[in-house]
Amino acid sequence: MNIMANHKKLLQKARILRKQLGPNLRDRVVANIYQQAEAITQQVVQQNHLKHNLDTIIDIIVTSKIFGYPLMLLLLSGIFWITITGANYPSELLFTMFSGLEDWLTTLFQGLNAPAWLHGILVLGLFRTLSWVVSVMLPPMAIFFPLFTFFEDLGYLPRVAFNLDKFFKKAGAHGKQVLTMCMGFGCNAAGVIACRIIESPRERLIAILTNNFVPCNGRFPTLFTMAAILMGIVANSSHNLTASFLVAGVVIFGIFITLLVSWGLSKTILQGVPSSFTLELPSYRLPKIGTLLIRSILDRTIFVLLRAVIVAAPAGALTWVFANLRIQDLSLIAYFSRWFDGFGRLIGLDGYIIMAFILGLPANEIVLPILIMSYLSQGAMLELNSISALRELLLHNGWTWLTALNMSLFSLLHFPCATTLLTIQKETKNTKWTLLSALIPTAVGVILCFLVAQIARLLNLV
Amino acid sequence: MGLTHKSTGINTFFAELYSEFSSTEAVIALAGNPNTGKSTVFNSLTGLNQHTGNWPGKTVTLAKGFFKHKGDHITLVDLPGTYSLLANSVEEQVARDFICFGEPDAVVVVTDATCLERNLNLALQVMEITSQVILCLNLMDEAKRKNIQINYEKLQRLLGIPVIPTVARNKEGLDDLKAAIHAMAFGEEKPSPKIIYYDDQLEKALDELKKELEASFSTVINSRWLALRLLDGDIALMKKIFKYLSELHN
Repeated sequence: MNIMANHKKLLQKARILRKQLGPNLRDRVVANIYQQAEAITQQVVQQNHLKHNLDTIIDIIVTSKIFGYPLMLLLLSGIFWITITGANYPSELLFTMFSGLEDWLTTLFQGLNAPAWLHGILVLGLFRTLSWVVSVMLPPMAIFFPLFTFFEDLGYLPRVAFNLDKFFKKAGAHGKQVLTMCMGFGCNAAGVIACRIIESPRERLIAILTNNFVPCNGRFPTLFTMAAILMGIVANSSHNLTASFLVAGVVIFGIFITLLVSWGLSKTILQGVPSSFTLELPSYRLPKIGTLLIRSILDRTIFVLLRAVIVAAPAGALTWVFANLRIQDLSLIAYFSRWFDGFGRLIGLDGYIIMAFILGLPANEIVLPILIMSYLSQGAMLELNSISALRELLLHNGWTWLTALNMSLFSLLHFPCATTLLTIQKETKNTKWTLLSALIPTAVGVILCFLVAQIARLLNLV
Repeated sequence: MGLTHKSTGINTFFAELYSEFSSTEAVIALAGNPNTGKSTVFNSLTGLNQHTGNWPGKTVTLAKGFFKHKGDHITLVDLPGTYSLLANSVEEQVARDFICFGEPDAVVVVTDATCLERNLNLALQVMEITSQVILCLNLMDEAKRKNIQINYEKLQRLLGIPVIPTVARNKEGLDDLKAAIHAMAFGEEKPSPKIIYYDDQLEKALDELKKELEASFSTVINSRWLALRLLDGDIALMKKIFKYLSELHN
């Protein structure tokens, strides 16, 4: 017993001394060890510089305080610019091809004397949704993923993690969270699984709960489309460069929200001190273009597209049924949308948009197709074969720049898709965290959209 | 809480370790950063005489093996590759616990000669826990190819521990390493490692706490290092030590 009392006394003493020393002791200790290691190394190691130091020179630039952040911003915008510009043409080509195919299918159905509802479900519902999903998603993904994989393989991502580490530390989170967010760009479910690389359970939970704040590829097409439409409404032309800055801005805003929510969590329900870690900055390696293309196209683009197609096909058919089944004079979709309309308009959206997000729970990819189909069921039947036609349709349904902006924001900030939620449940084994991971982003999104809408209306901007 | 600390804890592991190698005369731990060729060193030293086991309750595997030198049986334990011993991850915790509580007769820190600075961080941290440390400068051939020259005699002087250059891939320098391990394990070589000096304020607090700790812990664990961990707020480690002590007493 005497020993136990002694131990208690010791711990007490340590606590008092620790208080006197102030915070960041771990950093002081680690910094000291590193300094000594550096001092010793300088005394015993002689090195012929040159080639070995090219990496070091690049690292000094990309991780420097002055150039580091602008370079990241530039690269991000650059990737988006190439994606938006490059995706336009193949997108329109696919639109045209699919609408030609649709006409052919319609003729075929008419020739076979098929009933109108069958033609509606299969062609106007299933096929049309599929063709939109493919034409909207495939081109940007086929450009974005190889580019992103290129920087991943090059070894740039650990440098990004290095640059952003101090922000995450200030937010009480782990620097490796950046790497899990990069995975989230591909797919939030994958990002949540990637959180396993964070050892501390507290910081891992923070990373899991906030992963949804980086837009996954299911939401990127929506963001790209919204940026193009916003530019179309505001400037009456598609300024690709401005649109790409817009998307980059949304992504950076997502990172900002991530930091803010991480900070909030680490100050409330997930309190604690961030743990230090060693991040190895690997040597830069020029990726092999062949394997890069195969890997990013097959493993990512086709994989994601297939997943979207599998969800979109039944969803498209179902939405068509909802859009054409009528209660009194209203379609089922219009009927339900009415419920959400007041709330939707309050936050700068409308009932159809809210409903599209709810019906899009299985996969974010189908939110936009569902929305388009709902609008089309309103009677204004037009051939949808390009982005400008889509803009006409949206304007016709009362859209303003505010709707496009808030649609982007809400796309960034709302509940994760069903797959991600299931993954979170599996990873945390806790329903409370899973619910929270849906509640937090939705609450942030609703509040933010509400504020933006109210301010815009107050200032008479809409 | 079905399992008690005793049935899952480190002591079971050590009991198993020592029973498996009943003829063990010395236990050596092999530490090092990932990708330094640590496993190559381990494999070349032990050959086929090895066995991989789980750390009880953890998913980290530890390989054990032995070799004979001058007729003495020496057991090697291959610790997980880590960059530090600050116990941020399970791997670091396992490595640290073994060096602390496994009572190894010496710790060999395998380092990558092409990036000595990063590797020295770990070596310095190990030297804070125990003075029985040998530095193995591996991948000397790659260092040569990259035009990196290391004055290892000077390094030996600065660190105060034996420094052995090796190319484990080609079995170069392994006999020297075996000899150095043997000499240290059986007390023929008494190293006096360099002690890291922290800033004055921290040193004063360390001294104060160290004095209190020495009475109860000096036989078990380096009290300066323990004081540093306590100041760092590592209460979990302290609790582990209490448990370890009471299990020793029983």
